[in-house]
Amino acid sequence: MSRERYFPRLLLLEILVILVAIVFLSPFYFVLANSVKPFGAIIKNAASWPETFYYQNYIEAWEEVEFPIVLLNSLIVTVFSVGGMVLLGAAAAWRMVRRPHIFSRIIFVLFVAAMVIPFQSVMIPMVKVAKVIGLTNTRPGVIIIYFGFGMPLTVFLLHGFVKGVPRELEESAYIDGCTTIQSFFFVVLPLLRIMIVTVIILQSLWIWNDFLLPALILFSRRLHTIPLGVFRFFGQHMDRWNFALATLTMGMFPIIVFFLFLQKYVIRGVTAGSVKG
Amino acid sequence: MDRKQLRTVKDDLLFIGPGVAFFVGIVLISFVLGIYYSFTEWNGVDKEAIWIGVRNYIEIFSGDEQAGISALFTARFTAASVVIANLLAFVLALALTRALKTDKVLRTIIFLPNIIGGIILGFIWRFIYVNTFETIGNLTGIGFFELPWLGTAETGFWGSVIVFVWQRTGYLMVIYVASIIGIKDELIEAARIDGATGIQLLRRVILPLTVPAITVCLFLALSWTTKMFDVIYALTRGGPYGSTETFAMNIYFEAFSSNNYGLGSAKAIVFFIVVGIISTAQVLITKRWEVEE
Repeated sequence: MSRERYFPRLLLLEILVILVAIVFLSPFYFVLANSVKPFGAIIKNAASWPETFYYQNYIEAWEEVEFPIVLLNSLIVTVFSVGGMVLLGAAAAWRMVRRPHIFSRIIFVLFVAAMVIPFQSVMIPMVKVAKVIGLTNTRPGVIIIYFGFGMPLTVFLLHGFVKGVPRELEESAYIDGCTTIQSFFFVVLPLLRIMIVTVIILQSLWIWNDFLLPALILFSRRLHTIPLGVFRFFGQHMDRWNFALATLTMGMFPIIVFFLFLQKYVIRGVTAGSVKG
Repeated sequence: MDRKQLRTVKDDLLFIGPGVAFFVGIVLISFVLGIYYSFTEWNGVDKEAIWIGVRNYIEIFSGDEQAGISALFTARFTAASVVIANLLAFVLALALTRALKTDKVLRTIIFLPNIIGGIILGFIWRFIYVNTFETIGNLTGIGFFELPWLGTAETGFWGSVIVFVWQRTGYLMVIYVASIIGIKDELIEAARIDGATGIQLLRRVILPLTVPAITVCLFLALSWTTKMFDVIYALTRGGPYGSTETFAMNIYFEAFSSNNYGLGSAKAIVFFIVVGIISTAQVLITKRWEVEE
């Protein structure tokens, strides 16, 4: 749609939407403002701007949650899960499109069907399976489990994209003497980068924020990710809202920074990832 | 098989094999095992699960009061949340596709809650309902804020719906915006020249041409709400008295708090079937509304 001219009725509309946006933003204000108040001040007035800034909350919360550890765990689990998922998913999707024999089709149908399976429908036996293979309570274990659960959407999105990529470049790579592996890494992967960015964004948001799967697999404190660390904190200090709000602020901070820097890609990823639901 | 064919098959295995292996080994095996466990009695610790036939399924539909409460809550929560979030998202998308000066910033703000994890969002809103609303209620005297938020079944229900709408509207809105922008200018121009009013333009041009986006958004919203777990788990833990316990939470508690893995597995299978039927039906129905441009 082309841009229309700005006129008074649009100003009215704009003010209305700004009001909606303020309502949407207000929870963040309440969390931030109260996170730097001592406990008594929160109980007295949980809406006001803080009179004095009480940073002790953050120091206590930082140590109690062991923030550097949970942050590092979240980073390791997300980066390796998504990295592996993309590599394995791209390899499978590409090969399945280029060699459309009966097995490729069966596998594709299986992946599409699996996208409607709710996680909660398989989590009970999954815990058992993970225990038997030895995936419980280790970071590599949780990463491998994410490979399994992430594969359907990854393959589905990349499969659709590969179909639109011309074969000529790959074929000339073969003629130049490339092996299949070389042409995959040096010719195919770069051609898929637009959809790969979409997959990375969607899967990273899922894994970074996921609670239930790591809660079932990672028991030791030293392996906890940010959502588990936050949850554990609340189990122990339910009503100590001053520390709790500092914890929530710290927990949100990394992903908000990530979003504000990569906003363009996140929004594009959301739209591209939803063209075919 | 000659050497060239052999190499092609080896490449097939090399490229397709690993991804499929992880999927089959983790997800598919668990799914099949889950069907088996649903016909057994098993506490998760014993080596052997005892085969009891369909007793678990009978239990779900006849003896388990909380399962019924959870199913009903999930259905009501799904219906209310899907409708409200999609309506709000569509209206906001219509506004943000006009020539506003601050549309980029507004889009960012409304999208922001989506990137934050459900556990954190649930706790944020627990604070807001319990502490902030009380303060605002005391200061302004507006009845809405003085309700016993999360303290009763009704406020727990609407409290959950509000959080969901706040969290997910931005995501749906972004999809609607892309779809509305994608409508060809000539179509809208033509309608304007023919003297269409704003409402007619919406009903005859914009709505029919955004049906694909509506299909996707309904699908996404249904899949989020039917499977809702972490936000409400952090917000209310299912309380008061299990009145805001989603079906996904009910499965979790059955298996991992009560250690009834067999019954939990049967609930998981029922859950899968119901979610599958609802999603498929929705896609089939909205697909029929789609028109050619």
